[in-house]
Order: sequence, then C-alpha cells, then structure tokens
Amino acid sequence: MNISNPAKASDFKSDLKPVWCPGCGDYHVLLSMTKALAELECRPEEVAVISGIGCSSRIPAYLNCYGFHGVHGRSLPLGTGLKVARPDMTVIVAGGDGDGFSIGGNHFLHACRRNIDLTYIVMDNRVYGMTKGQPSPTTEPDWDSALSPGGTGLSPFHPLVIALASGANFVARAFSGDIKGTSNMIVEAVRHPGFSFVEILSPCVTFRPEQREWKSAIHPPTVEPTDDPARAARRIMTDDGFNVGILYRGTRRPYRIGDGVASREVGDLDTAFAI
Amino acid sequence: MTDQTGSGRGISIALTGSGGAGVMTAGGMLLQAAAKAGFYGLQTRSVGPQIRGGEAAALLRMSNSPVEIHRGGFDILFALDWSNFSRFAAEIQLDETSVVIFDPDGGAVPDIVSTATKNLVELPVKQMAADIAGGRMNMIALGILAGAIGLSRETVIGLISDKLSAKGEAVLEASRACLDAGYAQASAVTSVPKLESTQAGDDVPRWLITGNEAAALGAVRGGIKFAAAYPITPATEILEWLAPALSSVGGNLVQAEDELASINMIIGASYGGVPSITATSGPGLALMTESIGLAIAAEIPVVVVDVMRGGPSTGIPTKSEQSDLNIALYGLHGDAPHLVVAPLSVADCLFTTQWAVHLAEAVQGPAIVLSDQYLGQTQMIIDKPAEVAFFAARNRVDKVDTDYTRYAVTADGVSPMAIPGMAGAQYTADGLAHSVSGTPSSAAADHHAQLAKRKRKIEGHTYGDHWAEIEGEGDVVILTWGSSTAPVKEAAALARTKGIHVKTVCVRLLAPLRVAALEAEIAGARQILVIEQNDSAQFYRYLRGHIDLPHYTKAFHHPGPLMLGVDEIYEEITREHRL
Repeated sequence: MNISNPAKASDFKSDLKPVWCPGCGDYHVLLSMTKALAELECRPEEVAVISGIGCSSRIPAYLNCYGFHGVHGRSLPLGTGLKVARPDMTVIVAGGDGDGFSIGGNHFLHACRRNIDLTYIVMDNRVYGMTKGQPSPTTEPDWDSALSPGGTGLSPFHPLVIALASGANFVARAFSGDIKGTSNMIVEAVRHPGFSFVEILSPCVTFRPEQREWKSAIHPPTVEPTDDPARAARRIMTDDGFNVGILYRGTRRPYRIGDGVASREVGDLDTAFAI
Repeated sequence: MTDQTGSGRGISIALTGSGGAGVMTAGGMLLQAAAKAGFYGLQTRSVGPQIRGGEAAALLRMSNSPVEIHRGGFDILFALDWSNFSRFAAEIQLDETSVVIFDPDGGAVPDIVSTATKNLVELPVKQMAADIAGGRMNMIALGILAGAIGLSRETVIGLISDKLSAKGEAVLEASRACLDAGYAQASAVTSVPKLESTQAGDDVPRWLITGNEAAALGAVRGGIKFAAAYPITPATEILEWLAPALSSVGGNLVQAEDELASINMIIGASYGGVPSITATSGPGLALMTESIGLAIAAEIPVVVVDVMRGGPSTGIPTKSEQSDLNIALYGLHGDAPHLVVAPLSVADCLFTTQWAVHLAEAVQGPAIVLSDQYLGQTQMIIDKPAEVAFFAARNRVDKVDTDYTRYAVTADGVSPMAIPGMAGAQYTADGLAHSVSGTPSSAAADHHAQLAKRKRKIEGHTYGDHWAEIEGEGDVVILTWGSSTAPVKEAAALARTKGIHVKTVCVRLLAPLRVAALEAEIAGARQILVIEQNDSAQFYRYLRGHIDLPHYTKAFHHPGPLMLGVDEIYEEITREHRL
C-alpha cells in the first residue's frame, strides 16, 4: 500500500471488511479514528491500536497501523507494556464497555492513576453485543434480557466519574454519529499528555434499537472544559449522560518512563555477588 | 552425627528465635563470614507468615567444599528463645551429638530437644546483651557461633564493619562489643566440628547469591529490558532485584495492579520488540494462564518465572514444593505448545533463566521457568558460574515485502517478526485463530496450518545438551528435575561409594520433552527411580505419558514443605540391592 505524505485518512483504513452489523456506531468511530490520525500527521507505522474482546475490539484490524487484538479485558495492560517499552509509538487502546468496565475494570482504575501517555477509547453501547445481548456495567437497571430477566436492578457504572476519580488526565465524551466532533476529540486526547479517556457513545442498533434515538438526545456541554477536578466532579455528578465534549484537562505529570540510556553495563551487574 | 559423605559434610547450625529477633541477619552474617574465610555454605530460611513476632529459623550448613542442601541433623541448635519452636521441630533434626545453646531465661527446653540430646549449653545471652549499651542478642549469638566453629574474630569484625558502617559508630561499637562478649563465651561450646582448611583456592572467584538473584541476573544477561511485577512470596526478590538493575541498563520495570496485568504488560512490551519477563508463584501463574495462551497464539516471546511454593490455593507461601509442574505443562486451554524449563540448582537459576530468554525469543513464544522457594530463597556460596553466550536473538523482518505476512508458514515454523515502527509491515497480532496475515479466520485449513507451525517451531528447535544434566553410568537410573536434583545427586554419590552404579538424569527442559534422548538414557536400566517433591507424582505421570517406561519404574515423591532427604533417597536406591 502506497502511503501519501502526510498520510491521508484513507491511508489508515485497511482492506478488511468489518464484522459489525449494518448501522453499528463503530463504523463511525473507525472513520473518526482515521481522520484523527491524519489530522495528527501520524505515520501508520508509528501508531499501535490495542484492543481486547468484543465487537468494538475488532477495530485494530480495520485500521492500517500496528495493532494487537488481545484477550478479553486486558487491552490496557497490553498498551501499557507497549508504551513503556516503546515510548516513541503513539498508543491508542480501544474497546467496549464490557471489556473495559467489567472484566477489565481493575485495569481501567489503575491505568487512570498510572497516567501513562496513551489514549483509551471506549465505544459504549451499554450491551454485550458479540455474545448477543446481555447487560453490561453501563446498562440501565431495568433493561430486560434473557440473562437478567426484568433487568439487573443495578446502578450503571459511570465511566467519566470513575476516570476522574481515578486520576485520568483527560476526560471526554463523544457521540459516534458526530464524526467531526469525535475526530477532533480523539486528536485532543492523543495530544494531551498522560492518560486520556474518551467515552464514545456508539449505538448498538441490533440489541438496543432504541439507541437510534441517541442522536436527538445528544447535546453540547453548557460549560467549558476545566483543569480543576473539583469543578469537573460537580459537573459530572449532574450529568444526564448525553452531554458531549471535553470535561476535564488535567496537568498531572505523566508516568515516568526510563530514558533508555544505560548508566552501567550488563556485565557489571554481578559485582554485588562477589565475595 | 554419622558422617556418610566424608569431609564435605561440614557444619550444620540452626539459629532460631521470634520473628524480628534478627536470626536471619545473624545467620546471614555468619554465612558471609564463612565466605570471607574461604568456605562454602548455604543458608535457608524457615519463617512463619508473620512479619514480626512470629517465628524464624536460620538454617546454615558450611563446608570446605560446595554444598547445596542440608544434610541430616544439625550439629548446633542455638535458640534465642523457645517460642513456637515446635513449628520447626520437623525441619531441625537433632541427635545425641547435637549441641544445644540456649538462654535459661528463654523458658523451659522443649521435650523434643531434651530427649534428643544431653549436650545442653546454658548461656545468659539476654543478660549479656542487656549489659552492653545498644546490645542485641543476635550479635552475641553470632560471636558465640563464629568462635565455636573457628572463624576468626578479625574476619567477623571486618564484615560487621562493612555491613554496619552506614548505621553509625554507636551501632558499630555495640555490635563489636556483642561479638567480643560472644567470642569470650565460645569456649563453653565444646565438641562441635570446626571449619578448617578449605578446598576453595584464591584462583576460583566465588559468589554469595540466592536463586532469585541468579534468575534475575540471568534474565538481564539474556537481554531482558522490560519487566512487569506484582509482588508474591517467594518470587518478589526477583522483581526487586530487577527494578534498579533494569533501570540502570536502560530498561523499565512497571509495578502492575495484578498478575493479569503483569503478563499482558510483558506481552505488550515484547510485541514492541523488547525482551520481557515477569516472575510470580503458583497463584499468579494460575491467573496468567489465559494470557500465556495469547502469547502462544499471537507468537510473542515472554518469560514467566514461577517460584513454586506449597499449593493449591494460597497454600504455604514461604515453603517449597514442586507441585506446579502440571499447571505449567497443562494449564493452558486449547492446543498450546510452549517451553517449560527448570533450574537444577541455585547457580543454575542463572543459566536456565538466561537460556529461557534465548529460547523464548528464538521460538517466539512463552517460556515458563519452574524455580521454587528452596532455590529462590536459599543463599549460597558458589563458584562464580561460567558466562554463557545465550542472548535474545529474535528473527525480525529486515526488509519489507509488498505483502508482509506476520504468521507465514515457514519450514521451521518461526515467522520473521515485524517490530512496530517499521514502515510497510503493519499487522495486527491476534489471539483469534488467524490466517498467515493475522486476519481472524475460523477456517480449518488456517487453524491446522497455524497449530502445526507453532508445534514445529517448539519441537524442532535444537536444544543441544542443555536439556538435562547427566552424571554417572550404571544400571540404576534416577530421573528428577528442579530442586530435587541436589539431594538426588548427593544420594547417588553416597550409593556409588557403596559400589552401586547410579546414573542421574536431571531434566532441565521439561517441555518439549526430549523423548528420544530420555529413552536412550534409560535403555538397559535395571532399576529406574523418578524423584520429585509433590504428592501426586506429576513428573512421573508426565514421563509415563510420553515414554514407554519399564513396568518396574518406581516413583519416589512426597509433598513439601519438607525437602526430599538424601537419606530417604539413598534408602530407595539401596532397597533393591538389599533384597
């Protein structure tokens, strides 16, 4: 594949046909990511997109860049290891709400507090799609399903609140149908130092057809982004879940990665053992 | 004590006390003093789970020639107090020749001790320490013991001065005074063996090292530049050694939130082209197994050191057992060929871990290193190991073809790997079954081709002579692995002195099993023993699954926490010869 210089959005698209259903919001996220990578003037070989398991986690193969489709829930540790070992790479971790907030929930907390310079995109459709329609941590408590008849009765997980409380350095929400807005937000997230979290509301029209109405529920934020976590926290507690935009831009120092410079030779490490 | 192996037996000392009393510190200093004086030796620890206020025993053996295990009973038991002594009783064998040193203020001598030996030496250690400003009982004990076994005062004082100089003159002065007080009482301890002329020449550099340190050093020598770490007993020292070491050689260590994270961090780092390792124990290995399968499917080299402890579940965190062989061999779902190696001694933790790095990188897959608490936490004086030329050397793509296929089916099964950053070779590594390009595929042909190549690259690799350490010739063949090697070798040496021809085959490469080589080693054997430290004879059953073992092959095994003893192995070897 011939890549133009700088690379165009289309240069970041692979030839593989997605497994997603017609109308899935993830198509738009894929498009937004290619536009964002072009806007960032990345080269395909300098970007790695890392994912776990689920419909949205299929996204690395649909991009022309380095990718890793790992096991369920462990995309953030994979991305963490890659970024620390290879700080020259632009690392974007992507996946769904079940992958990121349920089986991978502990990694989400610690990735936020570790604050490594990478971007985490969660395509949130409030359902497990690949296993055909079970409630996820972000599903409404009364949503009826075969696995939880009558609903789970559980309070939904609030990704932005958790991200903020756990120390993420950039917290934002986007809507997949707004390709320009989502693309811009990914650009800002990648540019912001430290751990950037973007929740993208991405409808599942197959198991949650009512999510087609999200596009009319979405509204812009009524306030500007803040670097004050207390203000961000007050705003987020009154959030209706459809307020898109950047909530928080922090100034916390990113995780310190070694500069790769050796101060001693491997051959000198055994001196401590000599009698 | 009956001397069954001649002059190399040396002196065995048990120093016990409440946790926090400093018995491990004093034991370590005694071992270091012996090292400085030119001797060999080892110190194992037996501790309870408490950080302070539990029980602790420093178990030492010192000799004029290399020693790798404790041997029979103890010549000296020094009890700072008797609290919880019963918990060690099984590990500290005493007989009528043993000398017991204790403080009469420390309570009544337990029956198990007073019935074993009448050589009781009462010394008012507590009062002696109280009479010295800043005095500590463990330093008094150090002086008494060092004096009793013939280590020079100058050697011990010199060592103390080096070790404690950072703590200030007052601490140093108190320690010197304690040592002198101890030395002054040493003559009260009679009829114990002395450390006399040593075999160690000045031309053979020696090290004082634990297996965990040796494993970590081997990892870095092999080319490891990234580690992810979640603390777990008894593996933590590997990680704590690697943290500053990796930083100093331009690498990184990340403390992970759990073992699920640590295995995936090293897979991510290695995907980025950087050789990577983690260390854990059984519970951590259990958590990692799903992702070790990912490293197999996605063909990512990683090294996982499992420092085994008693299991299952939380088991016995502080004590050794060789019971993770099954999970290391069979713990993965699907058809998942991978490397499993086991170091055969404290010193061999260095070689085997370095070799594991080399092998994992060569075959682009995970290698599990089965060390254990005994090897990992025993501190041993060894001859400096020879350096070996096993380094990480991954088959990388050096130029990009128009259609790079990450999982190309090759003759040896190893597919040249593109490292992120290389233009034109972008691919997605995948744990899903995939085609040669990495594209997910559930087609039978793709699945079969990828399974076959992954098996081929493991089975077909050239492992050379390193698959086992083989000693002796004879019609009695002992097969063993890991830390059981030392008692097996010592028992075999004993049997040879009685005219029994014993061959020991200590297997380092557990998977893939070198079936033909093993069959050749047991061909013509009249007696075959398979020896290991676990309850279910895991190695024996594994061998049975791969090798047509003669019907008279016998498994000898028992679980931890007690190590396999030289005497019980010797009994097994000689049993048939007495019939």
